[in-house]
Amino acid sequence: MSHGNMNLTLKIWRQKSDKEKGKLVTYPVQDISPDMSFLEMFDVLNEQLITKGEEPIAFDHDCREGICGMCSMFINGRPHGPKRGVTTCQLHMRSFKNGDTIVVEPWRAAAFPVIKDLTVDRSAFDRIISKGGFISVNTGNAQDANNIPIPKTDADAAFNAAACIGCGACVATCKNSSAMLFVSAKISQLALLPQGKVEATARVKNMVAQMDEEGFGNCTNTGACEIECPKGISLENIARMNREFYVANIKS
Amino acid sequence: MSSTSGKMMQSSIGKKLLMGLTGLFLVSFLIVHCLLNSFIFFNDGGLLFNQGAKFMATNPIIRAMEYVLFLGLIIHMLQALILTMQNNKARPVKYVMQGNEANSKWYSRSMGLLGTLLLLFLIIHLAHFWVKSRFTGLPGEDANGNENLYAVMQDVFHIWWVVVIYVAGVISLAYHLLHGFQSAFQTLGWNHPKYTPTIKKIGMFFSIIISLIFALMPICIYFGCIK
Repeated sequence: MSHGNMNLTLKIWRQKSDKEKGKLVTYPVQDISPDMSFLEMFDVLNEQLITKGEEPIAFDHDCREGICGMCSMFINGRPHGPKRGVTTCQLHMRSFKNGDTIVVEPWRAAAFPVIKDLTVDRSAFDRIISKGGFISVNTGNAQDANNIPIPKTDADAAFNAAACIGCGACVATCKNSSAMLFVSAKISQLALLPQGKVEATARVKNMVAQMDEEGFGNCTNTGACEIECPKGISLENIARMNREFYVANIKS
Repeated sequence: MSSTSGKMMQSSIGKKLLMGLTGLFLVSFLIVHCLLNSFIFFNDGGLLFNQGAKFMATNPIIRAMEYVLFLGLIIHMLQALILTMQNNKARPVKYVMQGNEANSKWYSRSMGLLGTLLLLFLIIHLAHFWVKSRFTGLPGEDANGNENLYAVMQDVFHIWWVVVIYVAGVISLAYHLLHGFQSAFQTLGWNHPKYTPTIKKIGMFFSIIISLIFALMPICIYFGCIK
């Protein structure tokens, strides 16, 4: 074992499908480099499983640079592991110690049914977006940038909300499986800008209705989502969504 | 984009709004209750306190507000029950390992438990005072000829385990308010970098001070600081 490498015990949730019951299965892994990402460690484990003729562990991943929102592991009780502001692909094995036991589970929510092992179906988020997370105006050619003056503070707040990658960590960590941080980010990024204000009333009503329809829980403002969000989406967005929702319901 | 015509109060945000509004209404009751009960600290044998109790028992606006208060309490509890049941349904399979202590305060995750403890305390509390003053009658009158609710207080708070229950109830109240106060403002949509830190500070100050004053009432009577 080269210097600094680690031996770990992984307890990983294995579940054949949504219909079947799952359980934690223990896998020891040896000689793990501290410079590996958590997903690369899973690659190593899966190679070993394939070599032994066993079924590899299904897990979601895509860009592996923290922008796609696909990787979705619940590591030692926290989404994307113990570090703040990172996705699972950005979590490095140096965040753990030699000899550690690491429990890995899928996101757990009725609205995110398990597909297999650690992969869950997050299409509930897509259905919420399809209810209004867009603007339906014909944009045409790009206008002169100064035609529509937007205050810098609004532009920044909209941009910060738009940083949401839709990974679902907020739902996963919330004791109520509430999707309000996600939905509020998607509402905020548009509500703050003139292009989004045109359809703001219908947007917030439709997206909140779909969120409820999907069976997400109700927010109790514990603030866990804000802490665990890899993109630092703030609770201010939920307050903004609430305001938008009240105003929309008063108006129509 | 055409708009869904859902019922606002049946939506998740509508239910939260009702929780927040009824919660803040109950806070306003706590302030009145605490101020009036603080009359016992004048240590005048409860004369001023009994005077205040008489006003509360005879003023028609206060009498009407009693019904509104119970309504607010019932709505707060029913909504909590509905929301909790929905939230439990939203995660049918629980985590094997859940590390929420790293990302949120225990009392923010225990509002249901704290609220249940408060309800149990409230039942005992109502049996001690409200039932007696409203239905079964109070033991005699004080020097001013007012009904002597203060005498009941003296009786009840000379039993040590009653004092313990009251202090425990008040501690539950403190933690319930510590989350609930600022949470209500967040739900109302009042989250702003300029105001939120102040709201949180006021909430913390209020939770601690009001609970401390309430706790001192049975403690002072038990130890004879107030005769």
